[in-house]
Amino acid sequence: MNVQPRTQPSREPIAFSPQRIFAMVLRYWYLLRSSWPRLLELIYWPAVQMMMWGFLQLYVSENSGFFAKAGGTFIGAVLLWDILFRGQLGFSISFLEEMWARNMGNLMMSPLRPGEFIAALMIMSVVRLAIGMVPVTILAMGFFGFNLYAFGFALAAFFMNLILTSWAVGIFVSGIVLRNGMGAESMAWTIMFLLLPLTCVYYPVVVLPGYLQAVAWLLPPTYVFEGMRALLIDHVFRADLMLWALALNVAYFVAAVIAFLALLRSARAVGSLMQTGE
Amino acid sequence: MQPVPAGPLRFPARKGKGSFDTAGPVMIAADRAITVDRAVKIYKNGMAVNGISFALVPGSVTALLGGNGAGKTTTIAMIMGLVTPTSGTVSVLGAQMPDDRHRVLHRMNFESPYVDMPMRLTVRQNLTVFGRLYGVPDVATRIRELGAQFDLDDFLDRPTGKLSSGQKTRVSLAKALLNHPEVLLLDEPTASLDPDTADWVRAEIEKYRAEQGATILLASHNMGEVERLCDRVIMMRRGEIVDDGSPDMLLTRYGRENLEDVFLDIARGRRQAQDNAPENASGAAS
Repeated sequence: MNVQPRTQPSREPIAFSPQRIFAMVLRYWYLLRSSWPRLLELIYWPAVQMMMWGFLQLYVSENSGFFAKAGGTFIGAVLLWDILFRGQLGFSISFLEEMWARNMGNLMMSPLRPGEFIAALMIMSVVRLAIGMVPVTILAMGFFGFNLYAFGFALAAFFMNLILTSWAVGIFVSGIVLRNGMGAESMAWTIMFLLLPLTCVYYPVVVLPGYLQAVAWLLPPTYVFEGMRALLIDHVFRADLMLWALALNVAYFVAAVIAFLALLRSARAVGSLMQTGE
Repeated sequence: MQPVPAGPLRFPARKGKGSFDTAGPVMIAADRAITVDRAVKIYKNGMAVNGISFALVPGSVTALLGGNGAGKTTTIAMIMGLVTPTSGTVSVLGAQMPDDRHRVLHRMNFESPYVDMPMRLTVRQNLTVFGRLYGVPDVATRIRELGAQFDLDDFLDRPTGKLSSGQKTRVSLAKALLNHPEVLLLDEPTASLDPDTADWVRAEIEKYRAEQGATILLASHNMGEVERLCDRVIMMRRGEIVDDGSPDMLLTRYGRENLEDVFLDIARGRRQAQDNAPENASGAAS
């Protein structure tokens, strides 16, 4: 009993579809909208961090001539660090939502392409960052008179470099989780803390021993934090530092995408896309 | 992709007591909806699929049967492009899987109890997202159609996680039909349904096949369902195809009155087929 198959044009879908990216962004937006704890979590921790470092800065600046001169470096550092850290978390959590929901099989069987998936996760990291950071930067103005937006063009350069690093790390970690399952989930939460001491968020690079300075200069965020201190302490915008950071970021981003695709291929080979548990 | 030779399918020849020699090549024809040719899948902990070959013609409904660990899920995963064969090839609608999967994924879909849809999203939101992913032209209208077809209207705006398992299965089936797939893979589509709903779902699957002429590959443990829906049954055991034919042919061959007994004979290795004629397979496939 065979039935005449319905004829359908086998039109191949376009290689990079804004509609599919929009569909994924919509999926995450629906999720955020339906869950106030998720929204609260985006603001809560950056606000606590900023308040703590802000008051510490206030205290030391009243007792130290240098810190009085370097006003805002702690608050600036913590806000920029949060762009880096929350940017990566925003990317990784959106990815992990698919693993937690056991939805990865649906996505991998759909016409969604890896590049579109990554693009949607990048958009969501910016959306989540905006939801968390905009209120916190306003709080920093109110409590400590620190206006991050006064950085102007420098802020755009800082932001672009930090978010590129956060995406590169997020893409790489997502590939590891796809390949190895939820046993690797903790990497998503902790990997960025490896960069905290090495990228010299709260102190200049010269504080590090020589061999660690060499490592630090391989990391794009180091250039951003050095650039921030140059701006706040010496009132100089170091475009050279931003260009170095950008060059490194492009290299790391490309490497992360290549690693993600290789890990995805490997996940298909070992069958881990079928088992999204531990 | 290499050009595929036209011509009749070569079905595996019986090599004796109830097993099939699947080592020979299967002729891949462009008009085959699914072609699995000498596919092998070896995982770290052992072999899941051992050189199986079969081809499905468009518009056919085929059941993939076997006990736990028989290799059904891995076979379906290779067809879906979720798993890369260790050796051999799998092609769907002429595209090699998984390398060329993006040529055809918009023409396929699947339903499985082992994959969920996001629980916090409402049914309508989930269907909207998947409709857009599959490039469905007018998603809202399509959701209305499926809502009426699968009786989803009462809970379209309820979070998917709050539904009963039967309701979730209906939603999964609605998702599977969103894009009018030409190839539909169903993994135990009625596993968690009460008999009445299960019967109704089977009727919907029959109707979809009749209207759309879709090729359906079905994994099920419900032999009544297989007898009702399928015109071909592929039996697997320990990663190999051990029998292949229409339900009637298998009943005759094993001298049984229902497929459940045939299934038990094969799963427990109790008895072998009574005839050795290979023509049953090709007859069922064309």
